[in-house]
Amino acid sequence: MLKKLSLTVAGLAAAFTMIAESKAQAEDSLYIPMTTYRTGPFAANGTANANGMWDYFEMLNQRDGGIGGAKLVVEECETGYNAQKGVECYESTKGKGALVYNPNSTGITLQLIAKAPIDKIPVLSMGYGLSAAAIGETFPWTFNYPASYWSQTSSILNYIESQGGLKGKKIGFIYLDVGYGREPIPLLEELAPKLGFELALYPVGVKEMQAQSAQWLNVRKDRPDWMVMWGWGAMNPTAIKEAVKIRFPMDKFIGNWWSASHVDLIPVGESAKGYLGSNFTAPGTSYPMIQDIIKHVIDNPNASTQTEKENVGHVLYNRAVFNGVLVAEGIRAAQAHFGKPGINAEEMRWGLENVDLSDARLKEIGLEGFTAPIKGSCADHENGGSIFMHQWNGTDFDKVTDLIPPMTDIVRPMLETAAAKYIEDKPDWQKQTCN
Amino acid sequence: MFYREAGQYKTSYAKDLQAFPIKQDKIGMFIWGILAVVVAVIGIPGLGYDFAMKAIIIPTLIFTITALGLNILVGFAGQISLGTGAFMGVGAYACLKLTTFFPDVNILIHFVLSGFVAAVIGMFFGLPSLRIKGFYLVVATLGAQFFLEWAFGRIPWLYNFADSGAIEVPTRTLFGVPITGASADVTWQYFIVLFFLAGMTWIASNLIRGRIGRSWMMIRDMDIAAELIGVRPLWTKLSAFAVSSFYCGVSGALMVFIWLGAAEVESFDINHSFLYLFMVIIGGLGSITGSFMGAAFIWIFPILLKEVGKSFGYNATLMENISLVAIGVMIVIILIKEPHGLARLWQISKQKLRLWPFPH
Amino acid sequence: MELLYGIFIDPWIQMVSLPDFFVQVLWEGFVSGVLYSLIALGFVLIFKASGVFNFAQGIMVVFAALAMVGIYELGVPGWLSVIIALGIMYALAFSVERFVMRPLVGQDDIILFMATIGLTFILIGGGQAIFGGEPKAMLTSEIGLPSGDYVWEMGGGIVIFQKLDIAATVIAGALIAGLAFFFSYTKIGRALRAVADDHQAAVSVGIGLNQIWVVVWFAAGIVALVTGIMWGAKSDVSFALQIVALKALPVLVLGGFTSIPGAIVGGLIIGIGEKVFEIYWGGLMGGGVESWFAFIIALIFLLFRPQGLFGDKIIERV
Repeated sequence: MLKKLSLTVAGLAAAFTMIAESKAQAEDSLYIPMTTYRTGPFAANGTANANGMWDYFEMLNQRDGGIGGAKLVVEECETGYNAQKGVECYESTKGKGALVYNPNSTGITLQLIAKAPIDKIPVLSMGYGLSAAAIGETFPWTFNYPASYWSQTSSILNYIESQGGLKGKKIGFIYLDVGYGREPIPLLEELAPKLGFELALYPVGVKEMQAQSAQWLNVRKDRPDWMVMWGWGAMNPTAIKEAVKIRFPMDKFIGNWWSASHVDLIPVGESAKGYLGSNFTAPGTSYPMIQDIIKHVIDNPNASTQTEKENVGHVLYNRAVFNGVLVAEGIRAAQAHFGKPGINAEEMRWGLENVDLSDARLKEIGLEGFTAPIKGSCADHENGGSIFMHQWNGTDFDKVTDLIPPMTDIVRPMLETAAAKYIEDKPDWQKQTCN
Repeated sequence: MFYREAGQYKTSYAKDLQAFPIKQDKIGMFIWGILAVVVAVIGIPGLGYDFAMKAIIIPTLIFTITALGLNILVGFAGQISLGTGAFMGVGAYACLKLTTFFPDVNILIHFVLSGFVAAVIGMFFGLPSLRIKGFYLVVATLGAQFFLEWAFGRIPWLYNFADSGAIEVPTRTLFGVPITGASADVTWQYFIVLFFLAGMTWIASNLIRGRIGRSWMMIRDMDIAAELIGVRPLWTKLSAFAVSSFYCGVSGALMVFIWLGAAEVESFDINHSFLYLFMVIIGGLGSITGSFMGAAFIWIFPILLKEVGKSFGYNATLMENISLVAIGVMIVIILIKEPHGLARLWQISKQKLRLWPFPH
Repeated sequence: MELLYGIFIDPWIQMVSLPDFFVQVLWEGFVSGVLYSLIALGFVLIFKASGVFNFAQGIMVVFAALAMVGIYELGVPGWLSVIIALGIMYALAFSVERFVMRPLVGQDDIILFMATIGLTFILIGGGQAIFGGEPKAMLTSEIGLPSGDYVWEMGGGIVIFQKLDIAATVIAGALIAGLAFFFSYTKIGRALRAVADDHQAAVSVGIGLNQIWVVVWFAAGIVALVTGIMWGAKSDVSFALQIVALKALPVLVLGGFTSIPGAIVGGLIIGIGEKVFEIYWGGLMGGGVESWFAFIIALIFLLFRPQGLFGDKIIERV
C-alpha cells in the first residue's frame, strides 16, 4: 500500500517537473501554440486545418532553419472544438512566451478576444471569429485578415448581383445554428431591403447536422433563387446531398469558405458538379511554396508531419498554410522593425498590424495569385477581404472568377457599430487611437 | 498510528452531530484551509500561477459545486438527470440578464439570484418526475436539455442581442476590484469561488443531515414505502430538483462569469451533462466528499494525461482519445468494483490508516 | 390574430393547396422514422433481454459503420467488409458481456445504465483512435445499394422517392421480419423470450444467461450496422451521428421500452410528426424545432401514459 502510494506520488512529481521543464525554452526561438481539433464532431475540418499550418512551420524550420535565424517551436493543444478545453490550452501555453494565438474556432476566439489585451498576446482569427474585430481602434489585439464574415457575405452578394442581379430575387441562407452560422444574419437583414432581395433563413442545429431533410423540404417549398451556406463539419456534405436530392441547381448554391472544401465535396463527388465555393485562398499544389512543403516536409523522412500526401493542396490545407504565412509575415515584419530575431508577443502584435503581403511579396514567397494582397494598418485589421469563386467539377475545384471585392462602404460602418456595442459594457476596455 | 480516535469522547448531541467529529479531521480541514490561502498567494509550484488557477483550480472548484448539486439529485434523491449542462446554462443566462438590468447590484448577489432562477426552471422540468422514474426520467431531462439549448440559441434577448450570439461577460467589480471580465484579478476570483463552494458545501451537508435530506434518501431507497410512512413525494422530489438546479445555476453563472468570460450554447451542451454525471459516479453517489473528488478527478486527469503524454512525445490527438477511453474504462471499473466511487475508497483507506501500521 | 391564423388555419391550407409537397413531407418523415425505429429496435432488444438501457446503441451505430468503411479502405471487397464488420460487432458483444455485463449482474438498473455511458466513451475514444475522427463516405454501390430516384407526378407537382430510401425501408422491414422469425421459431429465440419474461425462472430451467446476452448484444450490433449503413449513405459516417441516435429515446417512451412493434410505430410517429411540425409550424418559432420536438412530445406523453403505447403496465409492490 505504502509502496504503491509512494510510487504514485513519485509519478505525479515527475509529471509536474516535466511540465515545469517544458516551460523552459531556448533563447532565440519563436513559440507558437496551436489549438487544434483532430477529435470531436468537426475533426475532419480540424485535421486539415492543423496539418496545413503545422506543415508550413515545419517547412520553414527544415528549409530556412526557422524565421530570421530563430527556430519555430510549434505546439499543438487538442481541444476537440470544446471552448472549455480551449481555455485550458490557452492558460497552459501562454506562459511559455506564446507569440500569437490562432484559435481555429469561433467559440475559443470569443474567449480570447477579451483576454488578449490583458495578457498582451495577439489573436489572429483568420477569416472567422468576431466580425467586429476588424476595427483596429477597438480591437488592437485581434486580427481577422483577410476578411470578416460580413465582408465575405457582401462579396457573395456582389457575385450574385453580377450573375443576373439581386433585385426581386429570393436568397436562402442555410447555416449551422451556432454563433458562427448566425454571424452574417444581421448584415443580410440590413442589406435585404437596401438591395431589394428577399431573405429566407434555414437554421441547422448541431445535433441535426446529418438529418437535414426538413430544412431542404422548406427550401423546396420556398423556391429560393440562390442558396448560401454557412456550414461546418458533417453539415456540409449532408446539405449538398440533400440539395442534389431536391434538384436544387448546384451552380446557384454557394458555400462560404468553411463550407467548400475537399472533405465536404469528395463524399458527394460527381453529383455536386457546379457547386460554388467562395474562398480567399486557392487550392492546388502548383504554387512553388506548396511544392516546397511537399519537398521539405511531406517527402522528407526527417520532418514531422501527420499529413497524407493526397490531402496537400486541398482547400482547407492551403488555407491553413496561408494562416501560417500570415503569422510568418507578422514575425518577419516585427523582426525587421525591432532588429532582433527573437521577438515577444507585443512586438508580434506590431508585426501583425504592419503585415505587408503585396503581390510582389506573394510572388517572392511562391504564392503568386494565391490570394489577394494584404496590407495591415492600425485601423483596419481585416483588410479588403476580396474572394474568389471556385466551382466543383466533380473531382476538384476550378477557379471561375477573379477577386470579388466586398461592399466596404456598407460593411465598415456596421462593423464600427458592432465594435462599439461590444465594448459598451466594458468600461476598462483598452482601445488604441489611429491617426 | 496518526489517525486514532481513541480518547475522543462525545459528551453532547451537538458534538456527535459535528461535521468533523474526529480531531484529526479537524486538523486536516485546517490544513486544507491554510493550503487554500497558500495556493492563492504562491500558486502550485512548478506550474505558472495563471495556469494553475485558471486551468485547474478555479474550474475544479466550480465543477465541484455542479457535482454537489447533481449528487443531491442523483445520489441522494435518486432522480437521474442528463440536463445538468442546460441548468447551468439557465444560471449563466439569468445572471447575464440580471446584471444587465441591475448593473449596480453586486454581482455576487446576482450569482445567488440566478441560482434561484435555475431552481424555478429545474422544478418545472422536474414535474414529470412525479409520475415517472428511472430511464423515463432520463428522457424527460434530455428533453429539458435539448429544449433549453435550443432556447438559448434562438432567443436573442437572452444573450443581449450580441452579434456573436454568445454571452459576453461585462466587467463587474467588488470593492473596486474587477472580478468578472478579462481584466479581473485571478486571486480575487479564486477566493470568490472558494467562498461559494465553502458556503454551498456547508448548506448541502446540513440539508442532507436534516429532515429534507432524510426524506430525499427515503424516496431514493423506495418511494412507495416512503410515501406510506408520510413523506410527500411531490414536495420531496421537487425540492430535490430545486436545490440541485440552484447549485447548477450558481455554478453555471460562476463558470461563465468568473472562468470562461464568454460562452456559446456549446458550453452547456449534452456532452458536458455527461461529464458532470461522470464526476458524480466516479466521486461517489450520495457523498459530499465524493463530489469534490469526482470533480477534481474528471477535470484534472485529462490535463495531467495530456501533459504527461506531451513530455513523452505522443501526439495530442492520441492522448485525447486515450483519456476518453480511460475515463470510460474507469467508469465501468468503478461501477463494478466500487459503486460508491472514490469517496468509498477514501473511507476504506481511512479505515486502514486507523490501524496502520498494525493491521490486526 | 395573425398568430392564431398561423397556428390553426394556414398550415392546413398549405397542406391542401400543395398536395405533392405534403406527400413528400410525409415520405421524408416516414424515411427518418424508419431509421429512428431501427435505432430504437436496438435499444428494445437489449432492454427486453437484460433490463439494460443501452445508452451506447447510438455510438454502436457509428462504430459499426466506421469499422465497415475502415476495413473497406484497407482494400477488402465490399461484401467481405460487411462480414468482417459483423465479426467485429460480435467481438464487441462478447467483450461487453464478459467485461461489463457479467460482473455487474444483479446491480441496480441505473448502475447498468451508467456503465453503458462509460462504454459510449470507450467506443468514441477507441473509434477515433483506430479509424480517425473524420467523416467517411459510406459504401453504397460497392455493397449493392441503389442510387438515383423515382419521380411520381401528382396534383400538378412531383414527389421524389430516393431509391436508397426505398431500399432502406425494405431492408428494415426484412430485418424486423427476420428478427421476429428468429425470436418465435428458434431455440435461442425461445430461450431469449423466456429470459425476457423472468430471469430467475429461465436460469432455473437451464438457460445460460451469458450466452443469451451475447446473442442480444450481437443482434443489437447487427441492427446498429444496418442503421449505420443506411444513415451513412444518406449523409456520411461521422461521430456526429451518435447524437442523432438519441432521438430513439423519445421513440422508446412513446412505444414502450419492451415492445418491438412499439419501437416501430413510435419511430414512425416521431419521424412523421416532427417533419410535419417543423415544416408547417416550425417557422412560427424560428425553425429548428426538430431538435426538441420529439422529446417534448415524449414528455407530455409520459404524464398521461408512462408505460408507452405498447409497453407493459408498470406495477409496483413494496
